[in-house]
Formats: sequence, C-alpha cells, structure tokens
Amino acid sequence: MLSNVVRVSLIGLVKLLIGAHPRWIEAAPDLRQTPAQSIYFTNHSSHLDTWALWVALPAVMRARTRPVAAKDYWGNGVIKPFIALKVLNAVLIEREASRHRDPLAPLLAALAEGDSLIIFPEGTRRAQAEPGDFKGGLFHLAEAFPAVKLVPVYLDTLHRSMPKGSWLPVPLICTVRFGRAMALQANEHKKVFLNRAREAILKLI
Amino acid sequence: MANYLLNLDPNHQFYCLVGGVAILLLIASSIGWVLKSRLNQQPNPSERSRKTIDNLVVRVNAWWVMLAVLVVAFLGGTLGTVVLFGAISYFALREFITLTPTRTGDHRTLSLAFFLLIPLQYYLIYIEWYALFTILIPVYAFLLMPCISVLAQDTEHFLERAAKIQWGVMIAIYCISHAPALLLLKIPNYDEHNTLLLFYFLLIVQLSDVLQYVFGNLFGKTKVAPIVSPNKTLEGLIGGGLSAVCVGALLWWITPFTPLQSAGMAAVIVIMGFLGGLVMSAIKRSLGAKDWGNMIEGHGGMLDRMDSVSFAAPIFFHLVRYFFTA
Repeated sequence: MLSNVVRVSLIGLVKLLIGAHPRWIEAAPDLRQTPAQSIYFTNHSSHLDTWALWVALPAVMRARTRPVAAKDYWGNGVIKPFIALKVLNAVLIEREASRHRDPLAPLLAALAEGDSLIIFPEGTRRAQAEPGDFKGGLFHLAEAFPAVKLVPVYLDTLHRSMPKGSWLPVPLICTVRFGRAMALQANEHKKVFLNRAREAILKLI
Repeated sequence: MANYLLNLDPNHQFYCLVGGVAILLLIASSIGWVLKSRLNQQPNPSERSRKTIDNLVVRVNAWWVMLAVLVVAFLGGTLGTVVLFGAISYFALREFITLTPTRTGDHRTLSLAFFLLIPLQYYLIYIEWYALFTILIPVYAFLLMPCISVLAQDTEHFLERAAKIQWGVMIAIYCISHAPALLLLKIPNYDEHNTLLLFYFLLIVQLSDVLQYVFGNLFGKTKVAPIVSPNKTLEGLIGGGLSAVCVGALLWWITPFTPLQSAGMAAVIVIMGFLGGLVMSAIKRSLGAKDWGNMIEGHGGMLDRMDSVSFAAPIFFHLVRYFFTA
C-alpha cells in the first residue's frame, strides 16, 4: 500500500522534473502481447538515469522490469532500501568483486525468474554525453541467457540535469531513446560484442 | 444586449465568457467530426488532408483541456492563477533550457532559476509587491546569475551561456508573469474585476493565433517569413488579426476600455503576438528544433503556445498600467 503510493508519487515527480518521454527507434512495443524479456542497457551519467528509463517504460513492462543498483549505496539506512526494494523492486549487487561470490549471481537469478533488467554496463557515472568503455557484465548475462533481448537505450540530457557532485537537479526534458534490440552472435569475442553494444548506444545520439 | 452583459456581476460575466468559448470549441469539434466522417466516406482520401484534419482534431481537444485548466485556476482566485502561471513558466523554461547548450558550470545558476526565481517572481505578484516584481529579473537575476556561474571558473563561451540563460529567464519567467500580474493593477471603476481583464487578454492572444491559422489554411498564399515560419501568411495575418480585433472591440464590456480603446488594445496584442511568434520561431530554428517540445498534443510544446503571450503580455500590462490606473 505505502509502496504503491510512494511509487505513483515518485513517477509523477520524475515526469514533472525530466519528462522521461519514450521514443522507440523501431515500432513501439505492442502492449496487448506479453512483453518480451529484455535487458535494457544504457549510458550512465546521473542519479536520475534509472528513474528516467524506468518511468519511460509502459506500465505493464515496468512491472516486470528491475533496475540494478549498488548495494553499498542503496542497502544502507531505512529509506534507501525501502525505495530500492519495495518501490523500484531493484536487484542489489556488490560493486566490489569478491573472490567468494559471483557479483552477477543476483542478476542471473532475476533473469531466471523471467524478469527484465535495467543495467549500466559502464559501471559508474560519467560527466560526458557519450558512454565510456563497457565492463564485461553485459557479455556474461547475454551468454547465460541468449534468448533475452538486449535493448540499447540512450538518455539524452541527464548529464546536464544532474552531473556527478550536484545535489539539486536542473529540470530538462529527457527523451529516452530505445534502440533496435541486438543479440550476442555465435562465437562472438567479448571485446567485439561489448564494442558493438556501445556502438548501438552511440548510434542513438 | 450590451447593457445586459455590462450590468451582470463579474462572476456571471466570467461564466458567460467561458460558455462563449465552450460554444466556439463545440463548433470546432463538430467541424472536426464532420470533416473526418466526410473524409472517411471518400474512396481514396489524400494523406495530406487526413493529416490536416487529424491535427485539427487533436488541437481542438487540447484546447478543451487548456480551457478546463484555466477555469479551474481562475476559480482558485489569485492563488490559483499565480500557481498556474508559475507552472507554465516552469515548463516553458524547461523547454528553453533543454534546447540551449549550457555547461556544467551553469548548473547551480539554472537550478536556482527554476527553484528560486520562479517561485519568487510569482510570490511577488501574489503579495502585490509591484516595484520588486518589475526589477527582480532585469536587475537582480541579470547581475547575480553570471556571478554564480563565474564561480565555476569555466570561461568557454561564457558570454553566450550567460546571455542565453538570461534570455530564457526573461521570456519564460519575466514576460509570461506579466499576464497574471494584470491581477495586481488597481484600475478605478473596475474594482477587482481583473480576472476578466486577464481572460480578455488570453482570449485575444490565443484567438488571434487560431484565426491566423484558420485564415492561413483557407486563403493563405503570400508567405510573410518563409524561412523563419513557413506557416505564417499575409492573408492569415490580416484575416485572423482583423477578426481578433473585432472580437476585442465586441468584448469591451468586460474591460475598463471603451469599444474603440478595446479594439486598439486588441490590435496591439495581435501585433505583438504575431511578432513574438516570429522571434520565438527564429530562436527555435537557431537552436536546431522544429517544436519547443511535445507537451500539448497537436500544438507542440508549452512555448509553442505561449510564444505570443510572452511578447504581448508585458506591453499590454504597461499600456493598461499607464493609461488606466490611478
């Protein structure tokens, strides 16, 4: 109940702040059909990124889409875990790779349950409009779940709305551009694939 | 008839006006339906006329929504009106700054423009502090905004950035705020009917835009400024403008003006609105966009609907203030 109220209010607030209008480069998804399981991967430049993409998704798709967030940030205190786990239904991961556990394990579990994911393959926020180099996570997920669609997404104004280090946003209209879904090809080398994925986002700029 | 309307109390005059606009919209909606059903009966309707009619229908629908929002705000009194225009300024500035290339060094300045300047400017209208309302942005914001930006020590395009931010703030906040500022004018023998004057102003600006579009679509041949704004035609300007002036004269009974003065005021509003549309279109093009946004379906963004308001409001405000207040 409380989480629903907070969710609706936060979605309203995000729209008021940054619009978060979706633009589908291919045809918009047919909402009468069950949405295809997808991994949305996008450029990372601000704290608003997750919100923009999540809000831009149609409600039926949003309900099955889980953002991936850092445990060290979202796991502390009372409010942050409430928002991450109850409102966003996020998957929390360890940013520091540990020798004992696979950091991707929670993501693989979510995919196995049929959920879609929002991930930032760069791993950290950048000040620029273009994404930096991708880390390997996207490749390993694509390898483990070849049937899941990989959808490149570009968030256009958020590096200006809330650059690293700022605490008050500037309300700019963010258009969330969903690109053509791609897939890992047979025997594709990790580096080649990650470059191709990054290029897919650059094409949306 | 005129005497009857003149002697109604302002509340009833307001409802008459809203009813009048609703009838106009009803006619427009019906025309849309008729055109659409006629088009559907044709064996092979042209893509262009289908697009024009679809656009007409969504435009009229958006007008219904805008009328409803305006009426609700007006029923909320001065506070409702001020909040509505504050929101309009917020969305207009958001569109302007989205298209303007600013840098990280402007971040704090821009946050303050949105979250401090807008509430402050409209609060000053609410508490009727005219003197500060009129200099807050041209004096204080003009000087202090670059002072905040300069602390970031980014000299790249500094003048251009400061100038563009100032322009956005002037248009989206300062100029638009002159429409609700009509409420703070003390006009002798017109006590507290200022909401009607604001309604008059908005009606003339928007009617002029709509009638120019209608006349332009029906009779338009000669383009006025094909590079800046390909849809504006001389026939549209003259036909639409003159009709709006006539409506202005006919509405004299809700204003402090005589019929002739009312026609003159409407003419000023029409001309400033037209020129404002041109200037804002040129700015939009210089920033590389066709529409300011997509908030209002069929119309484009908030600024596409408010461009003429932003240019006409300050002039209308000061003409009324100079000639009609004590």
